[in-house]
Amino acid sequence: MSLAGKRILIAKPGLDGHDVGAKIIALALRDAGAEVIYTGLRKSPQYIARVAVEEDVDAVGLSILSGSHVDLVRDTVRHLREAQGGNIKIFVGGTIPQEDVEPLMTSGAAGVFNASQRIEDVVAEVGRLLDDA
Amino acid sequence: MNKPHTELAEPNQPSLKTPSGIEAPEVATADMVHPEGIGAPGEYPFTRGIFDNGYRGRLWTFRQYSGFGSAEETNERYKFLINQGQTGLSVALDLPTQCGYDPTDPMASSEVGKVGVPIATLADAEILFDGLDLAKLSTSFTINGTAAIIYAMYLAVADKRGIPRAKLTGTIQNDILKEYVARGTWIFPVRPSMRLIADSVMYSNEQTPRFNPISIAGAHVRDAGCTAVEEMAYTLANAFAYVDELVRRGGDPNAFAKRLSFFFYVHMDFFEEICKFRAARRYWAKQLKARYGVTDDKALMFRFGVVCGGSSLTAEQPYNNIVRVGIENMAAVFGGAQSIFTCAFDEAFQIPTETSAEIALRTQQIVAYESGISRTVDPLGGSYYVEWLTDRMEEEMEKVMAEIDEYGGTVQAIEDGYLQMRIARRALERKLDTDKGDRVVVGVNHFRHEEERNELGEVFRMNPEAVKTVVERYHHVKATRDNAAVERTLAALAAAAATDDVNLMPLLVDCCHAYATVGEMVDTLKREWGEFEEPVRL
Repeated sequence: MSLAGKRILIAKPGLDGHDVGAKIIALALRDAGAEVIYTGLRKSPQYIARVAVEEDVDAVGLSILSGSHVDLVRDTVRHLREAQGGNIKIFVGGTIPQEDVEPLMTSGAAGVFNASQRIEDVVAEVGRLLDDA
Repeated sequence: MNKPHTELAEPNQPSLKTPSGIEAPEVATADMVHPEGIGAPGEYPFTRGIFDNGYRGRLWTFRQYSGFGSAEETNERYKFLINQGQTGLSVALDLPTQCGYDPTDPMASSEVGKVGVPIATLADAEILFDGLDLAKLSTSFTINGTAAIIYAMYLAVADKRGIPRAKLTGTIQNDILKEYVARGTWIFPVRPSMRLIADSVMYSNEQTPRFNPISIAGAHVRDAGCTAVEEMAYTLANAFAYVDELVRRGGDPNAFAKRLSFFFYVHMDFFEEICKFRAARRYWAKQLKARYGVTDDKALMFRFGVVCGGSSLTAEQPYNNIVRVGIENMAAVFGGAQSIFTCAFDEAFQIPTETSAEIALRTQQIVAYESGISRTVDPLGGSYYVEWLTDRMEEEMEKVMAEIDEYGGTVQAIEDGYLQMRIARRALERKLDTDKGDRVVVGVNHFRHEEERNELGEVFRMNPEAVKTVVERYHHVKATRDNAAVERTLAALAAAAATDDVNLMPLLVDCCHAYATVGEMVDTLKREWGEFEEPVRL
């Protein structure tokens, strides 16, 4: 799977400090050829949206393990749209209960992943969704 | 949403190497054992444990980590756990409290009460501990960036209730170095954070001599992906950095080292987990003696608590986690832990329900009272394999610590993001090994169902009213407190923070008594010290 030419922002919204998943996925996407930017911890949805637009990325990957994913995804989508970044795809990863997947997709996420999925499957799915764009 | 790993063959046998990469012998023999002998329990260098009578004098503390919603709800859960036989409290704080934001701060929105209980002012702390006998119960706080403030809150609660400070027992984690590496609740830059830790350790030694003012933790780097060897090595490297700071500020290691404690994860590789504790206990004692001239036996003792579970637990087939935690619990006992927290089987994906929290506690009670493994001190001592693996792990730990020294020390490695990068790469390796099936995780990459089945009976539901209670109390406190006293105590804190040699602890206690908020205290310190700038390196 090649993600050559794709630009992806991996972001940690909110206060959650568990960044292993974010870093693993950032490294794996980079190994697959994407240009990856990682925000570091504790960024507001507004900041993430601004960086995404400024950096002209194809996708934003949000890593959330604090249970606050519903609010944080909704806010990031809103800020992206306000910043004219509505075309940027949003992916979500973390401890997301199955019952929250549907609401997240409805509020604008293009894909929701969890820790037990294989990295190569996640990378392939990201590639497929970006090619559909 | 999960794709089953059906194409993976069943593993023929478990790996011949330990997860830290040590080639295990087929049979361990007498000639492989440490030639100098292993000493006796309770004797330097404490390979066999810090007490001569092991758990006969006193069992380990059953300490279940808990906190959510509001102070009222958490207080209720504590009382439930104590009624079920828990012997120590362990306070989980929410992220705004851990990162120094008040519940009304825009940064805190949607996170109040989510992963722990909020403490914004002394009013929350008073409710949290209401009806609990703080002179008898030991209380542990997983708190780091705001550890000095939460410790000050605890002292203020005790003061108000007339409990002598000298009677307080418990622990604040207060280990900021690993926050920069793995857990992420840092606030201030490294150097002023080290000062805040030194201040709280020195103040605690004097005011609360039975309290552990720091618990140097390997748990989080371990959960972030590193091996058992690296977990111990990184933690000991951080511990020596704190010892250096305390010595530089005039502390006497023969005194303060008595109150240093440690905290680790226990994962699934049974003998590695046991031997890492034996190895680290011995190494710590030897190094304190050699490097710092510590002679008091009590100061040479490596005391530690553990968590059984963490990232060794799986969201798939969650009941399997009960078995995992039981095995890990036994490893902790064979390793000589002073306090144990057993994760609930659903902890990989939610706040435990009352049922799952109870099973976790029962696991400890079964190990303690039915299995008989704590009857004889260090019952595995003298086993060829256990002694050989203890030696090998000590050697490997020393190698990792030498690499950090070569880089320029742990503080430098953290400020540069070097350690963080090493752990991220290790985490990716571990994930790829799991994906390939080389690292067997039952129910996840082997022996799993073709279809996902939702096996979880009970789901934890957050009380939506809890946040409202917290915010209302916060506004009420701010409206009714003596604002002149708040301003006065915060100004005194600011003035002391601008120097390097005034202990900040008494000033923080004054702020708490005046009902200053955690956010106000943190902002005051931020104005003097700035904030940590995270090195983002991949």
